[in-house]
Amino acid sequence: MSAPNKSYDPVEVEALKPEEIAARLDEALAAIAAADDLEALREVKVAHTGDRSPLALANREIGALPPHAKADAGKRVGQARGRVNQALKARQEELEAERDARVLVEEAVDVTLPYDRTPAGARHPLTTFMERVADVFVAMGYEVAEGPEVEAEWFNFDALNFVPDHPARQMQDTFFVQGNGTEGDESGVVLRTHTSPVQARTLVDREPPVYVVCPGRVYRTDELDATHSPVFHQIELLAVDEGLTMADLKGTLDHMVRALFGPDMKTRLRPNYFPFTEPSAEMDMVCYVCRGESVGNPDRPCRTCSSEGWIELGGCGMVNPKVLIACGVDPEKYSGFAFGFGIDRMLMFRHNVEDMRDMFEGDVRFTRPFGMEI
Amino acid sequence: MRVPLSWLREYVDLPATATGRDVQEKLIAVGLEVETVERLGEGLKGPLVVGQVLTIEELEGFKKPIRFCTVDVGQANGTGEPQEIVCGARNFSVGDKVVVVLPGAVLPGDFKIAARKTYGKTSHGMICSGDELGMGDDGTHGIIVLPPEYEVGTDAIALLELVDEVLDIAVTPDRGYCLSMRGVARETATAYGLPLRDPALLDVPPPNAGGYPVQVSDPMGCGRFTARTVAGLEPEARTPLWLQRRLQKAGMRPVSLAVDITNYVMLELGQPLHAYDRTTVSGPIGVRRATPGEQLTTLDGTKRVLDAADLVITDDRGPIGLAGVMGGANTEIAAAAADPETGRLRGTTDVVIEAAHFDALSIARTARRHKLSSEAAKRFERGVDPEAASAAAQRAVDLLVLLAGGTAEEGVTEIVTPSGPRTITVSADHPDKVAGVAYGRETVVRRLQQVGCDVYGQDELVVTVPSWRPDLSEPNDLAEEVIRLEGYENLPSTLPLPPAGRGLTERQRLHRRVGRALAGAGYVEALNYPFTGSHVLDQLGIEQDDPRRAAVTLVNPLSDEEPDLRTTLVPGLLGALRRNYGRGTHDLALFETGPVFRASGDEKPASRLVVDRRPTDDEIASLDASLPQQPRRAAVVLAGGREQAGWWGEGRPANWADAIEAGRTVAREAGVELIVRQDQHAPFHPGRCAALLALVDGEEVLVGNAGELHPRVTKAMSLPERTCAMEIDLDRLERAGTGPLRAPKISAFPVATQDVALVVDDSVPAAEVESALREGAGELLESLRLFDVFTGEQLGAGKKSLAYALRFRAADRTLTAEEASAARDAAVATAVERTGAVLRG
Repeated sequence: MSAPNKSYDPVEVEALKPEEIAARLDEALAAIAAADDLEALREVKVAHTGDRSPLALANREIGALPPHAKADAGKRVGQARGRVNQALKARQEELEAERDARVLVEEAVDVTLPYDRTPAGARHPLTTFMERVADVFVAMGYEVAEGPEVEAEWFNFDALNFVPDHPARQMQDTFFVQGNGTEGDESGVVLRTHTSPVQARTLVDREPPVYVVCPGRVYRTDELDATHSPVFHQIELLAVDEGLTMADLKGTLDHMVRALFGPDMKTRLRPNYFPFTEPSAEMDMVCYVCRGESVGNPDRPCRTCSSEGWIELGGCGMVNPKVLIACGVDPEKYSGFAFGFGIDRMLMFRHNVEDMRDMFEGDVRFTRPFGMEI
Repeated sequence: MRVPLSWLREYVDLPATATGRDVQEKLIAVGLEVETVERLGEGLKGPLVVGQVLTIEELEGFKKPIRFCTVDVGQANGTGEPQEIVCGARNFSVGDKVVVVLPGAVLPGDFKIAARKTYGKTSHGMICSGDELGMGDDGTHGIIVLPPEYEVGTDAIALLELVDEVLDIAVTPDRGYCLSMRGVARETATAYGLPLRDPALLDVPPPNAGGYPVQVSDPMGCGRFTARTVAGLEPEARTPLWLQRRLQKAGMRPVSLAVDITNYVMLELGQPLHAYDRTTVSGPIGVRRATPGEQLTTLDGTKRVLDAADLVITDDRGPIGLAGVMGGANTEIAAAAADPETGRLRGTTDVVIEAAHFDALSIARTARRHKLSSEAAKRFERGVDPEAASAAAQRAVDLLVLLAGGTAEEGVTEIVTPSGPRTITVSADHPDKVAGVAYGRETVVRRLQQVGCDVYGQDELVVTVPSWRPDLSEPNDLAEEVIRLEGYENLPSTLPLPPAGRGLTERQRLHRRVGRALAGAGYVEALNYPFTGSHVLDQLGIEQDDPRRAAVTLVNPLSDEEPDLRTTLVPGLLGALRRNYGRGTHDLALFETGPVFRASGDEKPASRLVVDRRPTDDEIASLDASLPQQPRRAAVVLAGGREQAGWWGEGRPANWADAIEAGRTVAREAGVELIVRQDQHAPFHPGRCAALLALVDGEEVLVGNAGELHPRVTKAMSLPERTCAMEIDLDRLERAGTGPLRAPKISAFPVATQDVALVVDDSVPAAEVESALREGAGELLESLRLFDVFTGEQLGAGKKSLAYALRFRAADRTLTAEEASAARDAAVATAVERTGAVLRG
């Protein structure tokens, strides 16, 4: 406050006295603090900051003061009004927060309610597993080849060095298709017994280098039981290029089982016989379930590998030069490797499927949990 | 091939500690598929001894005849007193030598023997049958009666060689020589690096003119025929125990001495033999092709009508055997039997032994033609060592002399069609190139020699393959021998580098997308067998001339009810739906994608093209033309609730509209907007069936059908009521695809919305009203949506009201109310004109 000016004749204005202002301020602050909901606060706001509120009225009186007193009084009233507005704002926020908290609690729901309005669909694990296997090779640069399920015997057998009447031809119990003409006419057409005819089709169609995988459905005359099905699935791989070796075959198999079953997986090759490969091998991988720990351990028998420690995946080998010749590829220039194995069995041990029938009965309880990808 | 380890040790000095499992592992590593190792006599514990039956008392009054016997077991029971034993078998008499198991012993299968009360007596042990000792049944189901020469009290575990291990080997078609002890022994010797005692190395007298006369008139079918004769066999001679046991362990049943010897030699050397009773053979033995219609009764008692391609053994009267497959009944070795007059044993005394080599293919065809698989045929089909024939005959002669007291006659007949040794020329580094391993010439040569090859040459090897390996004919065959003996497990692991690939084709991506889209729409995939029968089409109400009747039929179906391949995916899915329903799942939405098979009816038989060159394009085209059409389809079936009821409100049953929408879902993945038309098509409800069409090159093409099934069909197939289905052809959809989508242009100007309700006759399809509105509305129309269908009394019978929301927008300006109204009016006018619609209120 500035020093009193003795030369001035002060006009006494009651409302602008410091103690009056302080009292109005206190009244306002008390009223704000007392407002216990937003409605009450709105009334308080009108009463204490509105045009007819004591501080507003006091403010109007400032004009009546002599010039030297105006600043002093203006400052006093302004500060008081500022504090009221500040308090109002704070209280407003406080009350809004209280209201929000109350309303949102009232709006709360039980989020644990189930919502099975539209049951989920699913793709069959055999389909998605075949795609997954194929994708391992597509990522390496292979392409996916396809062929018909009802196939000419030439592609299914002859081109693959299955000589007519050779015992190898009888190893695969074949479904034969009836001819058109009189009964007994041989159609020369079968349900393909393996995906290998796609090898022959691919080689007949394309110039090497050829790197393809062929997933698909195949047929043998086995009755359906827990471990056999007349309809099952294979994936075939064929690589024909210059200078391919059995070591390349082994490396490719190693890569595949690691990609599908984990980085610590191993494969084993055992000599075997297939007409369309020479040399030929049976391919095993370390048992996915017991990891070989059941071998010689009668306390922990493994049903998946019969405690052998290895699971048979399928056959493989170097493409028999006779196959290359039948498909028009020069065996002096090119060599190749091929393998094929049963998807169904692989799926069974990868996912603990105990009964082959579960995969072919179409029971939604079996398929649904597998979802879109496996 | 079952290989007793004790027998194998006769040819290879295996380490004494080597177990069956050890040998299994070694043999697997060199490529023999040893499937199991059977441990004979596992858990067997004596005392098990030879006893002699002293007395037999027949016990009466029981359900079956029972004998109470006393048996002398010597000092085996500790007292020397006769052992009292109750026995249910009857094939023995007083004085017979039998096998007795005493209390305290354990028989295979943890069968503990103790004295026990039975049939009112105490039995102190048991008189044993072959079965009980794990020897296999001899066909009589009786107890074992031993030859009289064995001492009472002798340990029978050793006598009967009850403890042994047997390797069971699945012999692949290229390893015919491993259908013999000789072949397996050779592999074992190589695997262990031990010498082999070759049982075929025998002294064989040279052929002479004095042998049994043989005429081979088909030297292509029979490249070698050795005949030897043995006379004066003693009818009472029995097959010794050791020989019986070897046959049993190898899986064959002992029959009679002469037959057992031929079987034994076959197992040992791999050469099938046949023994003829010389007194029943009339005149020279011949080998020729059968004349069509000729008949022969084979040893199994079956009368067979022969084919001109069958190779037969003959005598003066005609066929006496199906060469290499099975002998004839008329020259069978007679089992010894007592002569009714003299009481003396009589049987075959003079035999002719045949050791021949027949063409593999011819034998395979005959065996298949007559559905007759024999041990002999199995070996000839896979290739028998022709050089072993005379040794095998000699071995049989030796055994007949030794065991049957016969005399070998001097005549040796041997008819051989000369054939040179087979050689393969191969570069010394070929195995290295195949394997990707530097073995070096020295290793290659050594390994080939181990296989039995003679090898000459330096960089270029000339390899003479052994007579028992007809499978070795190409350089890669030799590479395999080297690589397998060096160990597949030692191959390095390298990765080739394929050229950059193009990923999946559009078609492959489409097939994956369709599966995902249907699963995303709540459908569960089912993989159904494609086998079906015409009764299913009958149930579906499909007409006789419908193309779905043109099925591909199998010659040898698993079930006579289902000889055909599917021509539609729907029946398989309905089967899966019914199965799920029966198992208590009632809200069902299933899908399948896959081929169907349609016979055109004029497929020509597929030719047997050559394999020594690539077929021409025309030849390949003719093969493809012999195949049925195999278009790829997608199909769904639905029943029960599509949406479930719950706390959110009501559920919604699946209906025809869901089925059609599934078609649209599939089509959208192919980039195709379906055209839907009312249709009447089995197996659908005639009023709730849609034809699904797509534009291919501007033409409307039928791609599928959808709707609710005909009530007669759901009844006939025991399906839930209102079951719905959809089937669509993916190959046709693929052709209807329009390629890459052009991105829509998005206008930021405000939208003007106008609703219209049009009243039309019930018979007017909504699709027609919609297309009329679209056409009439012109370019400003952004979208149009049917939001209500209303029928009711206000409209009058046979009418319906369709309410549409139309949204108009321009690319370059804000539309005025007048512009929007004008566009709407134009739309309505077209609809009125085309469909007889009346604008409502």
